Amino acid sequence: MEIQFDDNIKRARFPLLTWLTSRQAFWVTVAVILACIFLSFATNSFATSNNIFNVARNFTFVAIIALGMTIVIITGGIDLSVGSVLCLCSMILAVVMHAGYSIEVGIAASLGTALLIGAINGVLIAYLGIPPFVVTLGMLSIARSLAMVASNNTVVFQFGPDHDKLLFLGGGAWLFGIANPVIYMLALTLLTGFLLHYTRFGRYVFAIGGNEHAAIVTGVPVRRTKLAVYMISALSAGIAGVIETGWLGAVTTNLGSGMELQVIAAAVIGGANLAGGIGTAFGALIGSALIEVIRNSLGLLGVSAFWQGTFIGSFIIIAVTFDRLRNYRSSE
Amino acid sequence: MTRIAASASREVNTGMALLELKDVSKHFGAIHALTDVSLSLEPGQVMGLMGDNGAGKSTLVKIIAGNFRPTHGTMRMEGGDLSMHRPIDARRHGIEIVHQDLALCDNLSAAANVFLGREIRKGVGPFKILDYAAMYRRAGQIFGELRSETRPRDLVRQMSGGQRQAVAIARTRIADAKIVLMDEPTAAISVRQVAEVLNLVRRLRDHGIAIVFISHRMPDVFSIADRVVVLRRGRKVADKDVAASSPEEVTGLITGAIEYA
Repeated sequence: MEIQFDDNIKRARFPLLTWLTSRQAFWVTVAVILACIFLSFATNSFATSNNIFNVARNFTFVAIIALGMTIVIITGGIDLSVGSVLCLCSMILAVVMHAGYSIEVGIAASLGTALLIGAINGVLIAYLGIPPFVVTLGMLSIARSLAMVASNNTVVFQFGPDHDKLLFLGGGAWLFGIANPVIYMLALTLLTGFLLHYTRFGRYVFAIGGNEHAAIVTGVPVRRTKLAVYMISALSAGIAGVIETGWLGAVTTNLGSGMELQVIAAAVIGGANLAGGIGTAFGALIGSALIEVIRNSLGLLGVSAFWQGTFIGSFIIIAVTFDRLRNYRSSE
Repeated sequence: MTRIAASASREVNTGMALLELKDVSKHFGAIHALTDVSLSLEPGQVMGLMGDNGAGKSTLVKIIAGNFRPTHGTMRMEGGDLSMHRPIDARRHGIEIVHQDLALCDNLSAAANVFLGREIRKGVGPFKILDYAAMYRRAGQIFGELRSETRPRDLVRQMSGGQRQAVAIARTRIADAKIVLMDEPTAAISVRQVAEVLNLVRRLRDHGIAIVFISHRMPDVFSIADRVVVLRRGRKVADKDVAASSPEEVTGLITGAIEYA
């Protein structure tokens, strides 16, 4: 009898609304929308198509990597090497195309490198049991150094015969004037969301993050899944690298420096729990969006760029604290 | 299956028991964890396995579950030789274990936990996606069979101890287990939930599944088990019908006050 009584109390009047408001990504979306509305009135340059175009395009690179990072974080791991992998893949793309190969070969080489780095990370983490923090920290240094080796630490800005194709890939706006990177980001977000919620693989990812021991004893292929997850993370960095190279038109060896922390911040703001088991694809996107909107708004409001770090850092703490407080109230 | 019928079939002992261990021993170097343990299990029978810490209960259970191979002795299942190298071999034979911590993922729903590792998918060729509807439906069906209030869509995080046990037990039903090993299922839950869990075990037994019920709790064993097997220092010191024994006798057997029974 008592069980039924509790059930009736717990059953919400508006289940959809309850579900929405319980999710961190929802509140971050609200924050982004409010910020955009505020900025449209407070400044006369935010709501221009040029600025919106820039804002949208700027956060795509972080967002794409944040998708891969979110999957890793859901399994309870972390990937600190993504910034360096982005640089290495951009460099491989640049060097291969500069040598005269077509864009297809360049992209294949670049993404192939990404998958290889991810596989190395994954094997060390999943099969040898070395902590993800340690492995990816080491790879962070290794990948960046390899990027310098590949380019002899020079800037590459000539991309051979397919130079224009690459610039269009990253810098063009093929669909209704929306920047191409934005379209890739939206497509990848949908793909990641599908992967996480409609495939067996996605469920394994959540299970490993929720209780790895349980996953092992129930027959989930834990090691294979973890290997795949780190390969996906590196691949997302590689994809972002290819697109960013197209956009920038040049590759330097400090590309993506420090980006891993931005990506982790975006994923965490978007709702991914560093302890594992929780995270969404949309969260990765909206977390990246919030960071970029903050950055953009500070610039438009005339606040010194030196304050950016304070605002973004505070938002990370606020977003996660807010989420903890909500869960604390409802859990006991 | 009544207790009288169970003991009668055991006395005959020429028929095929579901599981039969003969003189099973397990040595870890110089440590004799188990010595010459023989027992047999019938379908639809609940066997209480008792003994103090270090008596060999875990080792025996791990051998049946396929984690260890016995150093000596034989195991037969339904008359056929049982040779297992890994837990997955045991599961293929229909032996499932419910761990003390239940091995559940708090962040997933009850249905997701029940089907973990055995998800139902729909689709064509390599393009398969999770079939949520089928999993919710089947999980709901099993919870109904177990007469549990657990709802398939609820997150395990929000469930009581009894509901969590229902999820863990439902998993063994999905696997179509013939033998279920339960490690301290009533150890860390409230009194009301103990009754719930014992009922779940009774429902399992009604389906003809043999259950090995490892427990420290005398009242629970005497309430649910048909037979009780007591281990002490790696040896079996008792194997009798619960009706023919008493909590005092079993306690004496566990501590060593009574040698054999």
